[in-house]
Parts: sequence; structure tokens; C-alpha cells
Amino acid sequence: MEPIQSATGALSASPVISATGLTKRYDALDVLRGVDLDAHEGEVISILGASGSGKSTFLRCLNLLEVPSGGAFNVLGEDVRFRMKGAERQIADARQVNRLRSQVGMVFQNFCLWNHRTVLQNVMEGPVHVQGRNRHEVREEAEKALDRVGLLNRADYYPSQLSGGQQQRVAIARAIVMRPRVLLFDEPTSALDPELVGEVLKVMQGLAAEGRTMLIVTHEMAFARDVSSRVVFLEKGTVRVQGAPQDLFKGGMDERFDRFVSHFSRQG
Amino acid sequence: MDWPFLFATAKTLLTGVPLTLRLAATSLCAGFVLAVGIAALAGSRFAPARWIAALYVMLFQGTPLLVQIFIVYYGFGQIDFLRASFAWPFLQQAYWCAVLALSLNTSAYGAEIIRGAIAAVPAREIEAARAMGMSGLLLRRRIIWPQALQYGLANYGNEAILLLKATSLASVITLMDVTGLAYRLVSKTYRSEEIFTVAGLIYLALTFVIATGVHLLERRLTPCRQV
Ligand SMILES: Nc1ncnc2c1ncn2[C@@H]1O[C@H](COP(=O)(O)OP(=O)(O)O)[C@@H](O)[C@H]1O
Ligand SMILES: [Mg+2]
Repeated sequence: MEPIQSATGALSASPVISATGLTKRYDALDVLRGVDLDAHEGEVISILGASGSGKSTFLRCLNLLEVPSGGAFNVLGEDVRFRMKGAERQIADARQVNRLRSQVGMVFQNFCLWNHRTVLQNVMEGPVHVQGRNRHEVREEAEKALDRVGLLNRADYYPSQLSGGQQQRVAIARAIVMRPRVLLFDEPTSALDPELVGEVLKVMQGLAAEGRTMLIVTHEMAFARDVSSRVVFLEKGTVRVQGAPQDLFKGGMDERFDRFVSHFSRQG
Repeated sequence: MDWPFLFATAKTLLTGVPLTLRLAATSLCAGFVLAVGIAALAGSRFAPARWIAALYVMLFQGTPLLVQIFIVYYGFGQIDFLRASFAWPFLQQAYWCAVLALSLNTSAYGAEIIRGAIAAVPAREIEAARAMGMSGLLLRRRIIWPQALQYGLANYGNEAILLLKATSLASVITLMDVTGLAYRLVSKTYRSEEIFTVAGLIYLALTFVIATGVHLLERRLTPCRQV
């Protein structure tokens, strides 16, 4: 696969994340059947696909929340090491995984904020306790991040006191104070009421414009078309087609993709 | 109603309150330590550890506390290696026999409460922490235990109240706690209704204090639900 021009125009030598022939099976179910994907610095990649096509599983593999059954996998220039236990692949080096995870931010569909901590505590938790950074500096950076997602005035609230859209914006702030090299989003707006989707997409658009590397599983077609630098279409656990959004959304590149898009436009 | 008699009775029975509280508090603390250990076994990756925990819980929940107290008090003296061990000076005393039986008994219930509280911590919040690079002790200390404490506190408070009431069984092995004193008074005066009513009121007051304390602690620990 050719390296792809990043949003900033720079062409980085090695990809931030590189998956080769990634497979995942649950018992008899092949969820991923060999996915190849390189994400370069500054790329914003939208991952589209029907429900059950393996999008979440793929994203979770990239953060090692799932251990891929096969394939090679490189994050930030480091090959992730596995070992075999019987017929099952396991993580070989838990410290390596924790190190990688702290540099790969993840935003979930259901926000997953920690309910026993305030908004500010949620955002400060990772930098202070995982990365061991100075509390005062982190606090400043956390407040900046909250300001950026428009929620500094909610710093002392608890997650249960916020709307879904606000919770998701806190989750994004929580991810970016870790200074991740890449951000993964798994349907970040799917659990939101329609009128709250916009505020989250706006924040994500701002992050993309900064030149951050992002992989986004989404059903927001307009967002995929207008914001991402590349669209990847998954079908039954493989990459059916990928390319620049302007090429793909023009239509005629792949019949299945066109049908998928028209299905969503009809709904929307 | 014979007020002077009731007052005299209350005065006598109240002298048993320190022993009742000491039994309950000692057993609660020792029982909690045991309960944490049993809960850890129950959540272990190794199946034999889980079996041991299940057996322990079944044993102590499945037999009457009174029988457990009798076994410790009358039964342990028959076992030679116990008589030879460092524990014997303790096991000769009814007080420590009662504490041992109460601790073992409450630990079985406590272990179940702890296990339930840990299981109640939302899996996705744990996942979010893992995704950020947390694991092991850090994950437990920062995310799992604080939340489990919130979920388990009310149940453990109930267990503390049940335990307080259960201490009255210690009177059958000669301890002069509130119930023991009441029983002795009855055997002297034969005015059982009045005396046991006063005893009951004393337990009720103690229970109320504990329940209020737990409730306040719970409010402190879950500030988000106050608003
Ligand atoms: N833990 C699991 N155990 C068994 N099957 C799973 C598990 N997680 C996902 N699957 C299955 O894998 C398939 C793909 O799931 P997922 O990656 O969530 O798809 P998507 O996010 O594209 O909707 C689905 O059929 C789902 O039922
Ligand atoms: Mg999904």
C-alpha cells in the first residue's frame, strides 16, 4: 500500500499504527479476516461498515482491548509482542501494552467516564496516575482541555449530572490530556440524542484540523466525507474498499459502498 | 408500669453494652480482613481457590451460628494440636471463642458482599481505565475499590447490624453481655417480659446509631447523589 499524504502535507516515514493481516475469531466466528491498515501521522481515517462488520473489534484490537488471533501489528514503531498459550495468542509483555495504550487515546460509544470522580478528576486521572506527571501542570492542561471542549464551567460536576453530549466531550478531553499520538473513536455520537451530535462532531473536527492522527468508526456520512482524509469501508471483517472521501463518495468506485451510503442517506 | 424497676433494669443491662460492642467491633474488623481474603480467593483465576472460597461460604452460611459457637467453645478443646498451640490461651476464654465464631461467620457473608460490590463496578469503566494504560493495583486502587466501596457500604452496614444482634448468642457460653445480664436478671426476678423488653430497646438504640453512622458515611462517599 502506498503511503498516503497527510493533512499537513508531510509524508511521514513510518506509520503511527500499522496492522497487517489482522484476524480475530471468537470460537467459530471469524470477525476479522485479515485487515491491513496503516495510519500515518496526521491522517484522519473514517471507518465505515454495516453493523457487525467488525469495526469495533478492529478498533479494540488496535488498543489491545482484544488480542488479535493473528496478524502482525505495530504501534508507534514498536512491534506488539504476543506469545502462544495453547492455541490462544496472549499478550507477551503487559508493560509494553500499558505503555502503548497510554499513547493511544480511545473514545467509546458510551463515554465510559468514571462515575465516582468529578469531570476534572476524570480528566486528570490518566496524566497524574498513569503517566506520573506533575499534578499542578496537569491541572492547568486539564482545564485548558475542558475549556476547549466548552465544559470548564462543569469541572466540579459528576458525570451523572451531564448530558450525553457533555459526557462525550469530557471523554474527549480525558483522551487528549494524555497527549496521545493517535486517537481512536468508536461511534462517538451513536449513543447521543440527535440534537447533541453536532457539539461532539464540532470538537472532533477541531482536533482533525490540528493535524491529529485519528481513526473514527462512525455512521455520520457527512462527517466522513468532509473531515476525513481517508475512508475505509469494512465488510465482513475485511477492507472492502478504501480511498480519499471525494473519490469514494462520488460513487462508482464500489457498488457495495455506494449501496451502503445510499442506505444511510435515505435514513438520514 | 413499674418505672423504678425498669430504670434499675436498664442501669444493669447498660453495663453489658461495652462487652456487646467489643464483641461486635472485634468480630467486624477480624471478619472484614477474612472476608477480603475469601473474596480474593473467590475472584481468583485458579479454580481450586474459587472452590475453597465457595466451600467456606457454604459452610458458614449453611450452619447455625449457635452451632458454630458451640463447636468452637466445646469442640476445639478436644483437638490435641489446638491445645498445644499458641492459640490455646485464647481459646480457653469464652470471649475469644465467641469472637472467633462470630468473625468466621460474618466473614462468609462479608465475602459475598465484597464480591457483589466488585462485580457491580461497571465493566466499561474498567475498560476505559485499561484503555488508558491502567492495570493491576493501580486500576484497583483508583477505579475498582473506590466504587465497590460505594456499592458495598450499605450492605456491609446491614451485616454490621446483623452481627451486633448476633452477639447476643455469646451469652450462651457464659458471656455477660446485654443478653447475658438480662438472662441472669430474669433468673433472679422472673420478670422476663419487662427485662427482655428493655434489652430489646437497648439493641434497637445501638442498631439505630450504627445505621445512622453508615448512612452518613454513605452520603459522604457518594457526593454525586446528593445534588
Ligand atoms: N466478545 C465477543 N464474543 C463473541 N462475539 C463477539 C464479541 N465481540 C463481538 N462479537 C461479534 O463480532 C461481530 C463484529 O462485532 P463488532 O466488531 O462489534 O461489529 P461492529 O462494531 O462493526 O458493529 C459481531 O457479529 C459480534 O456479535
Ligand atoms: Mg460497533
